[in-house]
Amino acid sequence: MKEDAMMHISMEPSDLKHMKNGLPLTMNGVAATNGEVKYRGHEQPVLNDSVHPAFPPPVSSSAAQPSSHLCESHDEMFEEPPLLIAFFTYVGYAILVIFGYIKDFYRKIGLVNHLQTTDPREKEGYVPLYSSFESFYTRNLYRVIRDCFNRPICSVPGAEITLKDRVSHDYGWTFQFTGTTTRCINMASYNYLGFAQNSGPCFEEARKSIHQWGIGMASSRNESGTLELHVELEKQVAQFVGKEDAITFGMGFATNALNMPGLVSKGCLIISDQCNHASLILGARLSGAAIQVFKHNDMVSLEEVLRNAIVQGQPRTHRPWKKILIVVEGIYSMEGSIVNLPRILELKKKYKTYVYLDEAHSIGAMGPRGRGVVDHFGLDPKDVDVMMGTFTKSFGSSGGYIAGSKELIDHLRTVSHAAMYATSMSPPVIQQIITSMKIIMGEDGTLEGQKRIRQLAFNARYFREKLKAMGLIVYGHKESPVVPVLLYMPGKIACIIREMTKEGVAVVGVGFPATPLIESRVRFCLSASHSKEMLDKVLEKIDVAADLLSMRYSRLHPYNKH
Amino acid sequence: MGGHWVPNESPSIVQLFHAIIDAPLYHLVVEGLLLIWVFWLIFRKSYNPKDKAPLTEKEEDDLIEEWQPEPLVPRNSPSFDPDHPALNPRIIQSKIGKYMVVKGRKCLNVSTHDYLCLNEEPSVEDASVKSLEQFGVGSCGPRAFYGTAGHVHVFFEERLAKFLSCQEACLYSYGFSTIASAIPSYSKRDDVIFADAGVNFAIQKGLVASRSEIRYFRHNDMDHLLELLLEQQRLDEKNPKEAKVTRRFLVVEGIYMNTGDLCRLPRIVELRRQFKVRLLVDESISFGTLGKTGRGIFEHYGIPNSEADLITGTLEYALSSVGGFCVGTSFIVDNQRISGHGKSSSGYCFSAALPPLLAAGALAALEYIESSRGIAAIERLRRNCLLAQVEWGDVPGMELVGDAVSPVKHLQFKDRSENLKDDSRALQKMVERAEEMGVALTSACYVEDEDVCMPPPSIRLVVSSALDDGDIRRVADVLRRSAPRPGR
Repeated sequence: MKEDAMMHISMEPSDLKHMKNGLPLTMNGVAATNGEVKYRGHEQPVLNDSVHPAFPPPVSSSAAQPSSHLCESHDEMFEEPPLLIAFFTYVGYAILVIFGYIKDFYRKIGLVNHLQTTDPREKEGYVPLYSSFESFYTRNLYRVIRDCFNRPICSVPGAEITLKDRVSHDYGWTFQFTGTTTRCINMASYNYLGFAQNSGPCFEEARKSIHQWGIGMASSRNESGTLELHVELEKQVAQFVGKEDAITFGMGFATNALNMPGLVSKGCLIISDQCNHASLILGARLSGAAIQVFKHNDMVSLEEVLRNAIVQGQPRTHRPWKKILIVVEGIYSMEGSIVNLPRILELKKKYKTYVYLDEAHSIGAMGPRGRGVVDHFGLDPKDVDVMMGTFTKSFGSSGGYIAGSKELIDHLRTVSHAAMYATSMSPPVIQQIITSMKIIMGEDGTLEGQKRIRQLAFNARYFREKLKAMGLIVYGHKESPVVPVLLYMPGKIACIIREMTKEGVAVVGVGFPATPLIESRVRFCLSASHSKEMLDKVLEKIDVAADLLSMRYSRLHPYNKH
Repeated sequence: MGGHWVPNESPSIVQLFHAIIDAPLYHLVVEGLLLIWVFWLIFRKSYNPKDKAPLTEKEEDDLIEEWQPEPLVPRNSPSFDPDHPALNPRIIQSKIGKYMVVKGRKCLNVSTHDYLCLNEEPSVEDASVKSLEQFGVGSCGPRAFYGTAGHVHVFFEERLAKFLSCQEACLYSYGFSTIASAIPSYSKRDDVIFADAGVNFAIQKGLVASRSEIRYFRHNDMDHLLELLLEQQRLDEKNPKEAKVTRRFLVVEGIYMNTGDLCRLPRIVELRRQFKVRLLVDESISFGTLGKTGRGIFEHYGIPNSEADLITGTLEYALSSVGGFCVGTSFIVDNQRISGHGKSSSGYCFSAALPPLLAAGALAALEYIESSRGIAAIERLRRNCLLAQVEWGDVPGMELVGDAVSPVKHLQFKDRSENLKDDSRALQKMVERAEEMGVALTSACYVEDEDVCMPPPSIRLVVSSALDDGDIRRVADVLRRSAPRPGR
């Protein structure tokens, strides 16, 4: 594998002056000051051949000294934007807001009118349904680039995808299909291992299961909704992730939202990563437990929160917490980062907390055997108390699971809101998971699973390196199959999506509120089904777009060094 | 130094200098002391009880050492009871339809919510296979990010909106999350929600997630609702400024899952108009079962469904697929599609889209309901409901609750014992006995500690259109024979 070009760029104090906008340049919790690079979260970088390449070994604890040389094993980068770019991004928002007010004025005097902006009840004297700001944002800012989202497709979301073309004659309020289609290379879907297919063993088995079982269950797991298929799936998931038992649900979002209340309650504390998914936040809120947040993947911040929580106890009463649950994700889908699990497990042991790991994006996609981040770091799954994941991504299906000790899963079976009230999983959806998981495990007798895992690992590294070499600011871990590239300005989201579609590449753009206000980005999701030729073609198109949109912000790149 | 000043120095400093020199000594001393006093006032450490000596690292470590967390699985977890029904679920060995195979025995099914038995309908099966051939199984992304299958999701939404004569519909990938996400996307902190105390668990979770003020009125008690609304009106009159920004919602179910009752829609609509509250109706059960053409509770009462601000429903019961939907005006429904309302609780934008084959199955099921066969099935279902109400009503020691036209009915004990657990156990035994006699029943399951208004333990009986009169009588016979003897 090609070495990371950036690792060898020595930084001089004079470079760093350019790199600040009041804040130090940070990379993966690596804060550079005065030519030194200091590990923010991942402890002191020690060069040691025996450790896992992904993260340096955690040495003793917080007492670690900052190193005085540039670390060779930082794998995760979060480069700060240049001051000027940040400034112009705000200017951009200001312009959008001004135009928004002008449009609102037109609406007020009745010059333009849309169904989506007219509340039939407001005339009758009802209280307005939406607060003015949130509806202002969607009405005036999001609406303008609405063609870039919710794009209808008419093919399997595999390595390539067919978009159904549509036009809007009223600036994004309504769309009509034109009847034509566009074939694109798909850099958008969470199809990490390429199991989104309409041929092959998964497809055949799923079709058989529709005939055998139908598609509906019409009952919850605990009432009349447990097929033999459900039992088989749960056994297999437990075996796959290396836990005693597992329980499965029909929706990944609900798996988090409806099971966390079974684990913690009032008097307990949830310590949650800043970038955790909405479903985890909702689950935490529904549980009634107190919530504290630590900086994204920053282990120093986590330890600080932990120490403080245990020492101070509950607010006001200072009673000790009943239990503390650290909630993290394996791969963060907007940041492309990978959780520093080795350090988290160490902190967990030191502070006697529990760990809830959401492997929505990492299960199947990470590790030499595809068993997620635990496999990636070579850790023991027994150390992670609650292992959650979804089947939507790597398995090309739908739903979620929680795996853990027999005792824990039995507990969830009796108290889980989803097991008790929500309809159980649909048979073809289960069958797709069972078959694809068997392929990943090599139980189908072929090396297909291994091949896919390796292809994905290669694709992820290759694509990211190439993007960095173009001088783009790329967030995240070097082995992560989620590759976000920073655009900063909200207008560029629409621009890059439209440009890339024209060139035959489907990408996802994300802006506020899914990201911080000025950190709009475009995201590429790698898949094992992408061939190197496809990636090269995509890279070529990005290279052109990078000039067009002047996206080469990175000052770590020699191209941009002053 | 006196007058030897350089011309380009500022005169004011020079004057100051002169003044100091000319001033009497005591003046200087007093001013000097004043200056020191001012500095002392500014820089002294003010007394603050919070600033007590911070703990040393050693003390902190000791505290951390001492802290013993509770086990992750609480000591009072119901799972420590090895007989808990959730740990020994009935495992089904066949397709779920009019019959299902349990432990090798073919049982008549009155336990799943497949009211129109569409799980066995060939057109539904064909549609989902056809979609599978085009799209594969998973959608591999949220609706916003290329997870929208044009022929399926978009068509279904258009078709459903037309079917219910609403402007717009949106499709969720899980029935439970539909209403649970819909409520918090409108009602926020400081808003007020009036809800029936008998609402199902998904609604309860939506209410909690909204963080609004919840006022429960007694189940189906319109006078109590009126009382609460009047009380709110008085509060509003007291504080008109706040009243102008406090949104008010009213949440009811078409047919209540927990009781089988119909909501008193005509009165509710009247109250909605009078007090200007926005009405949210969950039609999970009533969609596809009530009304001549299955359009739900509004058709049943002959009220236009524009009276509701939002109607939610599920694809999991009458349509026999997976997922949920919201319908209403574009102004209201469109809000759920956008993540504009913050990282709150949207199961629509933060979740993967419904697998296209399930949406395609639901679309075929909707087409079936619209066809003449569907209307006939709904008519049969209504007849079955009425017959079942009579036939299943005379089980000794037990009573059947729920509306006559409702396909969901609860069979519960007339005189309940002190201990809920005893009753549940007796019902569980009844389910097992009935199973041996070839009828699959289920007792209604609840998360006991969490449900706001736990209904009494019951057998939840579900009527489907596939049953004939003989089947209904057979079930009645089995119920009578399997019911616990008096005294239990």
